Amino acid sequence: MNMSNSTVQLHIDGHQVEVAAGTTILDAAKQAGVQVPTLCHHQNLSPTASCGVCIVEIEGSPALKRACCTPVEPGQKITTNSQQLRGLRKSLVELILSNHAVECPTCASNGKCELQDLANSMGVEFDRFEKVVDKRPNDTTSVSISREPNKCIACGRCVTVCNEIQTVNAITMSDRGFDVAVGTFFNEGLGNSSCVNCGQCTVFCPTGALRERSETDSVWNAILDPKKVVVVQEAPAIRVSLAEEFGLDMGEVTVGKMYAALKRLGFDYVFDTNFTADLTILEEGTELIDRVKTGGKLPLITSCSPGWIKFMETYFPDFGEYTSTCKSPQQMFGALVKTYFAKERGIDPADVVSVSIMPCTAKKFEARRPEMRDSGFQDVDYVLTTRELVRMIKEARLDFKNLPEESATDIMGAYTGAATIFGATGGVMEAAIRSAYYLLVGQSLANLDVKIVRGMEGIKEGTLSIPSKELGTLDVKVAVAHGLGNARKLLDKVRRQIAETGKSEYAFIEIMACPGGCVGGGGQPYGCTIADRARRGEGLYREDAGMAKRQSHENPEVARIYKEFLTSPGSEKSHQLLHTCYWERSIQSGSCLELKTHKHAASHAH
Amino acid sequence: MRKEMNTQEILQRHGKGADELLGLLHELQDAHERHYLPPESLGAAAEHMGLPASEVYGVASFYTMFSLKPRGRYIVRVCQSPPCHLLGSTDVSRELVKELGVQLGETTADGMFTLEMSSCLGVCGVAPAMMINDEVYGNLTVARIGEIIDEKRSAT
Repeated sequence: MNMSNSTVQLHIDGHQVEVAAGTTILDAAKQAGVQVPTLCHHQNLSPTASCGVCIVEIEGSPALKRACCTPVEPGQKITTNSQQLRGLRKSLVELILSNHAVECPTCASNGKCELQDLANSMGVEFDRFEKVVDKRPNDTTSVSISREPNKCIACGRCVTVCNEIQTVNAITMSDRGFDVAVGTFFNEGLGNSSCVNCGQCTVFCPTGALRERSETDSVWNAILDPKKVVVVQEAPAIRVSLAEEFGLDMGEVTVGKMYAALKRLGFDYVFDTNFTADLTILEEGTELIDRVKTGGKLPLITSCSPGWIKFMETYFPDFGEYTSTCKSPQQMFGALVKTYFAKERGIDPADVVSVSIMPCTAKKFEARRPEMRDSGFQDVDYVLTTRELVRMIKEARLDFKNLPEESATDIMGAYTGAATIFGATGGVMEAAIRSAYYLLVGQSLANLDVKIVRGMEGIKEGTLSIPSKELGTLDVKVAVAHGLGNARKLLDKVRRQIAETGKSEYAFIEIMACPGGCVGGGGQPYGCTIADRARRGEGLYREDAGMAKRQSHENPEVARIYKEFLTSPGSEKSHQLLHTCYWERSIQSGSCLELKTHKHAASHAH
Repeated sequence: MRKEMNTQEILQRHGKGADELLGLLHELQDAHERHYLPPESLGAAAEHMGLPASEVYGVASFYTMFSLKPRGRYIVRVCQSPPCHLLGSTDVSRELVKELGVQLGETTADGMFTLEMSSCLGVCGVAPAMMINDEVYGNLTVARIGEIIDEKRSAT
């Protein structure tokens, strides 16, 4: 190996290419315009090298090498396609298929399955090897995610994302040889593990062995029941995630078509979670200003992301009292639909079926938390992921691409640009900064674009100077982390600061469980890369930039709900309906150990 | 022979970190009356080592020398190396299956014996051989099996 050179020259399929030293053969081949087939490999995860599909020949070397994990060496002559390689790759895929429950027509990842695609393009023979599929039971212990072990090809992506990116460590490779399986501690199931329901494992799964616990049947049943009033809310990220599934450009915002599709599916009232995103800013902004004024616990940490909340309860329970008491926008919405809206329209809340469309699998868990029943009912009845909504739209045979645009219901449907960016990492922080600045200074920021908290950097931070009339100039240090591994890094630092000096340098922290924020959520279309997430986020920032109202406090419907129902941000009624409490959980089983904070115990003195 | 120690004593003998894990698991398994690693043992090991419980489970399930199911108070391991095979280990194991009334890998209903195969025990000079817990039995014949097992039965 030539250590003095930072680049390496080699030949791949006759193409000469010069790449940085340490580049894998797979990436070098890409630079040479050659795509080596892969299966277990994912561009955003460290290679597990488990499948062998990416084998290549190196001249002078008797052994075949896996391109995904073998660094290039100077002067190599590499062949990626030959009779030998074609035959071996085909056999490998045939062997994998012999141990795979091939249920393509009914599979959640049909059409997105990487094994299906590979098998189809290689022209494999389906029955070449005797079928050996152990009937291992499906894991249905989690309310968010189900695992079908008979579809698992043991690629290890889910384990890598759970352990390396999210540092949740709920799953592992267990046993050996033919018995190798992905499992939790003693195979007690995801629902009895440290799993935080983020669902990143489902997004990275190449074969549909992991999917959301589907609730589409329950939602169809409600829609088709004439006695029920079925209402729906959609998270910010949904409006930017449907386009790519229906032949439009990735990152295109299709809010009007989304409303139209939901109405045509039969929902009686189409609202928008963005409305409660704006409401969240007023509640959480008030909480922040309050804590700053009264010397309350800082940093304040956002509470919109239910994967993050369970992670906090499991690994950082000491941060319970730092975390905002605000419910997530989904749950604020749920609590208001069965109280404010039902009263407003004279509907019996018992007849209301409240559905939310979320980019998230953890929202299914959140909706079922015992704390989330402040309306006197389960506040949100069913949570559908983006993938489930896409299936419903397909089942209804809607021509999504050409649907004429419609609007949401006026009440609880209006939103500002600040709400829409909740779907991207840094968005909640930016929205909060816009309104907190206005509330403290009495005028809006000269430039509403708070660029320091945007982008895909894992941990972002910056200091804002806020010339408050009442408090003097405040220098507020903020930080944003997305992906739970980044959250862990940031919180370890904050914990250290608090232990050493009694306080942290940060006043306000945004944490989102999923890389990229909600646009990269575990309920999003299969196979999305980090780059895809960035493009969806950019779509939301474009929508925001084009809106007349870009600050949450400008939302007229939010003003109305305070006037008619909630009184003021942080009021007793707000605390009763819109705020919550947190538990400490067992790292081994995820079960609740002890209530760490108490509802209605916020520092707000109104 | 085996030192009976409680879990806490064993944990205290080991530092934190993945490289100590296998030794710790061996000791925990040996200390258990039923020669296995129940969830409590793996959970305690994970907590002590600062490792995820799932990872410790992954390690314990990978190695065949660890058992995650209760085994008998006596573990009978029949050597399956070629010298023992040539000198009649298959007859020995067949006789053990008959005597104990269990198949290879199984435990008797009274929780007394588990029958296993083992890789080379390193006592080829006395092949065919087996071990019962820490004790080696060599120059085995089918006739001796009943006698040895009876001796264990009556010792308890």
